[in-house]
Amino acid sequence: MNLTNKEYEELNKKASKPTKHFGTLTGAFLIGGGICSLGELLAHVYMNYGMVMKDAYMLVSITLIFISSLLTGLKLYDSIAKYAGAGSLVPITGFANAIVSPALEYKSEGYIMGIGGKMFTIAGPVIVYGISVSVLYGLILFIFQSI
Amino acid sequence: MSNKIGNGTIIFDNPIYIISYASVGSKKEGDGPLAGYIDFICDDTTFGEKTWEKSESRIQKHAVEKSLLKADISVRDIDFIIAGDLLNQCIGSTYGSKDMDIPFIGLYGACSTMAESLAIGSVFLTNDSFENICCVTSSHFCSAERQFRFPLEYGGQRTPTSQWTVTGGGSVILSNNPKDIEEGIVIKAIKIGKIKDLGIKDANNMGAAMAPSAAYTIKEYLDDTLTKPSDYDLILTGDLGEVGSGLLKKLLERENIDISKNHNDCGLMVYDLDKQDVNAGGSGCGCSAITLTSYILKKMEEGVYKNILFVGTGALLSTTSIQQGDTIPGISHLIHISKSNIVV
Repeated sequence: MNLTNKEYEELNKKASKPTKHFGTLTGAFLIGGGICSLGELLAHVYMNYGMVMKDAYMLVSITLIFISSLLTGLKLYDSIAKYAGAGSLVPITGFANAIVSPALEYKSEGYIMGIGGKMFTIAGPVIVYGISVSVLYGLILFIFQSI
Repeated sequence: MSNKIGNGTIIFDNPIYIISYASVGSKKEGDGPLAGYIDFICDDTTFGEKTWEKSESRIQKHAVEKSLLKADISVRDIDFIIAGDLLNQCIGSTYGSKDMDIPFIGLYGACSTMAESLAIGSVFLTNDSFENICCVTSSHFCSAERQFRFPLEYGGQRTPTSQWTVTGGGSVILSNNPKDIEEGIVIKAIKIGKIKDLGIKDANNMGAAMAPSAAYTIKEYLDDTLTKPSDYDLILTGDLGEVGSGLLKKLLERENIDISKNHNDCGLMVYDLDKQDVNAGGSGCGCSAITLTSYILKKMEEGVYKNILFVGTGALLSTTSIQQGDTIPGISHLIHISKSNIVV
């Protein structure tokens, strides 16, 4: 059976069905957009009740994190994410799901090595590189402002 | 006694008998096309256990007990048990067998483990010191997800080439003593496969990673035995799924071997691909085990199939090898199963 890796990769490309982007993009747009619109709606509601803008947006993040964590606990978030893809992954709700889901999953390994040790297995890289990039950004800003 | 021929095919002078078999599945398998053939379906995926790993052990235990019951023998009549699963250090098998207090061999051949255990069990039984050997394998969607992928509740999307790990297992009792059965299902020959790697790196496309090894194993067996695909009622691959099955046929076509008329795949049989949201099909050690020990062997008993090649296929990856950017090697072991008249 004489077949190079490259030839096989060609065969594989033909045999493997690609993702149906029309469906996934539509889902991401509608559900992702829905989550952001809900955030905006909540902000307006909070401000209507006399909250200043900064506090209202802080409370929006807290509310969305709470809803996402609750839906994760109720085993519903992954069903939404199946259709939403990046639409439910990119907003803050996705970050909450990435922390709550391992916490639930690894409870069987105990509170220290399970929940404590594995809670950030998915969100960890986001935190590490998010902070690293923010430091870099701060340095660049500092240099430009000093000139 | 047995003879090795050609590329490592082992032909048994005296066939090895499959005296009993049993299958266990859960809700999704019970909703699938094999539902009527599975011996025990538990809708509760925990199988009454606290952890997914223990649930998987429970599957193995149920399968072994059921197969012993069907053979009307006790655990004391088993010389040893050959068990395997997908979990690290094969804990699904260890905890499934530990209370049985019989000699134990743990195997890892990824999704090819059912065929691997049958192959090893058969060779042991060419030695007359042994009489009965139990081969059992299992997989569990939840234990596999948490080990190989993400937590269950993590909101991710699956690619169209990905496969769904079967929650289930199967047990087969092999014997070199047919006792009083007049007509039996026998293992006539086996072929231990070689590791083949054609550079696939996508862990969500294991069918493509395994197809080359299946093609090599089938081709070499046909060459060794001077047979052709039409000599068999069915060429059943382990769990290549939709993508891998298509690739297997293409690879064999290049060698002028046409299996399109009598090929099927356990990954395509265990679920309804149109209705059950499993993308490219089923996978896992339990996939070929449950399909073989439910539908296939029952149909052989009924005489629908008389001569089949069962080719267990495995993707030999680990989370470490994938994270280190390595390719995914595949392995396939072949078992030639026939229905024969036994002269007692």
